[in-house]
This record gives sequence, C-alpha cells and structure tokens, in this order.
Amino acid sequence: MKAPSTKSISIGELELEAKELRRLILRTTHRAGIGHTGGSLSEADILVALYFRVMGGIDPSEPGKATRDRFILSKGHATPGYYSALALRGYFPVEALETFDELGTMLQAHPDMHKAPGVDMSTGSLGQGLSCGLGMAHASRRSPELGSFRTFVLMGDGELQEGQVWEAALYAGAKKTPLIVAIVDDNRVQLASTTDEAVSVAPLAEKWRAFGWTALEVDGHDMGALVAALKEARELAAYGPVVVLARTVKGKGVSFMEGRYEWHGKAPDDGQFEAAMQELQS
Amino acid sequence: MKAAAMISPRSAFGMALVELADANPRMLVIDPDVCTSTQTALFRSSHPSRFIEVGIAEANAVGIAAGLAACGFVPWVSAFAVFLATRSCDQIRVSVAHADLPVKLNGSYGGLPTGRGGATHSAIEDIAIMRSMPNMTVLTPADASETRAMTALSLRLPGPVYLRTVRCELPALFGESHRPVPGVAVCLRPGTDLAILTEGMMAFKALAAAEALAEEGIRARVIHFGSVKPIDRAAILAASRECGVVLTVENHSRIGGFGSAVCEVLAEEAPCRASILGFPDVFLESGDDDAIFGKHGLDAAGIAAACRELLGARTR
Repeated sequence: MKAPSTKSISIGELELEAKELRRLILRTTHRAGIGHTGGSLSEADILVALYFRVMGGIDPSEPGKATRDRFILSKGHATPGYYSALALRGYFPVEALETFDELGTMLQAHPDMHKAPGVDMSTGSLGQGLSCGLGMAHASRRSPELGSFRTFVLMGDGELQEGQVWEAALYAGAKKTPLIVAIVDDNRVQLASTTDEAVSVAPLAEKWRAFGWTALEVDGHDMGALVAALKEARELAAYGPVVVLARTVKGKGVSFMEGRYEWHGKAPDDGQFEAAMQELQS
Repeated sequence: MKAAAMISPRSAFGMALVELADANPRMLVIDPDVCTSTQTALFRSSHPSRFIEVGIAEANAVGIAAGLAACGFVPWVSAFAVFLATRSCDQIRVSVAHADLPVKLNGSYGGLPTGRGGATHSAIEDIAIMRSMPNMTVLTPADASETRAMTALSLRLPGPVYLRTVRCELPALFGESHRPVPGVAVCLRPGTDLAILTEGMMAFKALAAAEALAEEGIRARVIHFGSVKPIDRAAILAASRECGVVLTVENHSRIGGFGSAVCEVLAEEAPCRASILGFPDVFLESGDDDAIFGKHGLDAAGIAAACRELLGARTR
C-alpha cells in the first residue's frame, strides 16, 4: 500500500502511476474476461491526477472522513480504471482487483458505495452523477465545519446525451452552485459508434458556458496540464460551478484499442493482452 | 379518539414538516415546482433556508436528494406521485434505493384524486413500482393523523421511504395518539365472515361497506395496511385462516399493487378465496373523483357488492 501523503509527488512520478494504472486495467479486464477497457484507459490520467494530487483531505486509511473531497464516477461502467486507481492509492490491496465482477466481490461491475472502500456514491445508470454531486456540494456548503470539501463528478462525453445532465447543469448555473467540479472524459467514442456519429455533443465549452459554468479545456493525457487545470478548477469552484473538459482518447495507450468503439465494453483475449502489455512497458 | 374537521393527507403532510423541523435539523425539503400543490409551501414559508427549489426537474431533484443524504442530511422530495414514480423511477432505483440512502419521497396526489387531472396525472402504478424496489419502505396513510405520524416515522427509519399522500380530504379514523409501525396492520373492525384488507384512503370506504354488510348479518373484518412494504404477513394469514375469504381494496391499479402484495402472501402460505378490488388495466379519465371511483366499484357500495359476490362464490 502507498503512503497516504502524496503532496510532493512529481509530474513524472504521476505519469509512472498512470502507466501502472493502465497495466492494472488490462490485467483486471483480461482476468475477468469482461469489463469496460476503453473508457477506463481514457480516464486513467484524470484519476491519477485527482487521487494523487488534486483531491483534498482524502485518506485511504479513513475512506469515510467527513471533510474529504468526494468523487463520483458518473460513467459508472468504467470501474476497471476506478478500482485500479483506488487500489493504487491504497484503499484496498491491488490483489483485490482479481475479484473484479466475480460473485461475492466488493468490486461490483458498477460502483457500490456500501461495498468498495473509497467509493463515495453508487452509480451505474448514466446521467445521474452530476445531480448527486450537486447534492454533495449543497451538503458541503450547509456544513461549514467540514471545510468546504469539493465534489468531483466524472462523466463521459456520450453520457452528456442524457437529459438529466442538463437538468443538473441548468440548475447549478442558475444557482451559481459552488464546490462542484464536473469533468468530461471527452474521448469521442461511445458504445456503438463515435459520439459524432451517434449524436454530437459539440461544442462543449460553449454549451457549458451558456449554462452558466466556468469551462476549462485541457489535454486529458498531459499530466502536467491536467493537474494544473484540475487544481485551478478546485479553486474556482469556491465561486460557482466549474467543468473541466478533458480531451482524451478512448483506449489510450494501446494502439489497437485507441479510438475504437469496439473496445468500449470488451476485455482483451490472451494475445491482445500480451500485445497491449508490451506497449505499456516503460 | 376521533377528531375534528376533514383534512387531506397532503395538508397534514405539509403541516407535519413544519412541526418536525426543529427536532430534525438535518431535514430538508426539495421541490420540483409543486409546493403549493403538495403543501410543502408551508415549509417554504416557515424554513426558507432549508427549502430547495429545483424547478420542473424530478430527476435532478432526486439526485440532489441522494447526494445530500450521502453527506448526512435527510431530504424530502415532495412531488406528484405519478411523476416521482415514473419520470424519476430510474433515479430513485439507482441513486436512492440501490445506494440505500435516507431520502424520503412524498408521493403526493397518490391514486385517482389529482384535482381532475385525468389519465396522465393519476398515479395508479406507483405502489407497484415502489414496492418492487429493494430497500424501499412504502407507507399509505389512511387519514390526516396517520399521515402526520408517518411523516415523523419516515424520518426515524434509516433507509429510503415512499410516503403516499392523497389530495382529497378524508374523515378522521385515528386520533393524535396513533403510532403506526412498519409491517403492522391495524384492525379497524372485528369480524369473521370475510376480511376486507385496505391501503390508504380506502379504509373509510371499507368501514362504510362493512357497516352496510352488518345490516345484512355479514360480519366483515376490516384491516388497514398503512405499511404496504413491509407488509403484515401475520394479519394476512390470520384473515385467511379465521375468515376464509379476503377482499383487498386499493386506490391503485389491480396489477402489482397492494392486492398483489397480499396475494403473494396468501398464495405462499395460506391460500383462500380472494379478490383484488382496484382500478382495472386501463388509463383513468377526466371527471369527478367520486364518479370515477364509483364507476370502478371503489366506493362503499361497490366494496359491499364485491364482498357479497365473494361470499356467494364461496357458498356455490
């Protein structure tokens, strides 16, 4: 297990963590024979930046600490990435990933807050996380003794096709809700096609700004830029809702998975696993 | 026992929130723009800082409640039963019931009485939907006093609750001292010729029917189930074994609701002659509440007729 303090971790070290995270994702879905590999690889750098540098007050030895920043995986299918990040950060042993999606596991197909340590909200039906995050942001504002904890909500770009997201966006913009940071893992690919082929959600920044949000755009695989943007978002959230639009690549890091919808909900077979791990050796 | 004027459950709920506010400082009220209808406007006036208006957006309302509940608050979402149970069904299922959070749902305008709202606004599927969700408690108070007591009870229960309150004024059945318990039905009238099992506002109609049957020498037991989930299995089994004939009556579709819940118990443990009286498998229509209830046999006369038919069927 890692030590809880990560304040001094460098960008180079974060990049190494992200590489290890990608290897864990592939091991997890390969072993399980199932799982959402593509969207887990696209969110990997975002999760490392959040859990190793940006989120405040988190402590793997005390996952329920009242003052901690919260995280909601609204794209709840991307659990191989989420659980791998929590394991790397020390919420539970990396070996637990071997039980992913098995009967009796704490690592359910979609996150269960009552089973997996470190999971702040149960999710799995797309579009619901941002509303829950607004509730947490309200709770933070109504509980000043908790130190203005922030709530980060990670959504996919395809998920933005769900109407509830825009109910939540409209509300937060109109009310200038503070302490909430939405993040879009803008990997441009959904289950059965590219997002543009399905229903384009562009232009993203203009939409969110029109709804009253501060929108930051960043390369979701540039660790230095990502950490800077997420930290800036965390600060700006003191004043109102902030969204970080992270441009990413579905399947990032494995050439034959990148940008391909076929890898949305698929695990690598033995040969594909070997080839992918080759690419992820440093 | 016995109390004053007729009060609607929706009003009793609104008043109860105001009463409970000081003793429950973590309680909040979330409103998707129906507070003057569901009567949470009373709370908006008395405790404006604990009232959250989200606009016409039930899904977002439920999600915000879930997030608040995950951080130690006890939020009510008070909305029209039909839209709460159907439009935000998925949000209730995943963010509230699966997450097992203490979100309290006030399904106002339950059943037919919706202010002549017709097919789209009548909520005759909500009990079926809500009781099928794991972790959910489903309460259907029979009058104003029980509504008040169940509003307080909902706050004491650790998990999600669906409290179904109707819009119309109802006669008082219970006194202020009534303390409903989840999973415990209340026998309102003794009898052994048959048992009439009711949920919510149908209790007073069943009592009137039993009154009429008594004049014919038929002694009907009337049992009110203010707690549809958990359901009082013992009361159902006793009704079956001691009366031998059971009629269920509900302000809801015959499919999947209270009658279905009763028949699940009967079929498994004590089969007897039983019938479900509720709305048939149709969308309701515009018109006067009593006229529509009457059309479907959901008034005292219809309940009594259904009882006679059941008893006749047994003797044949």
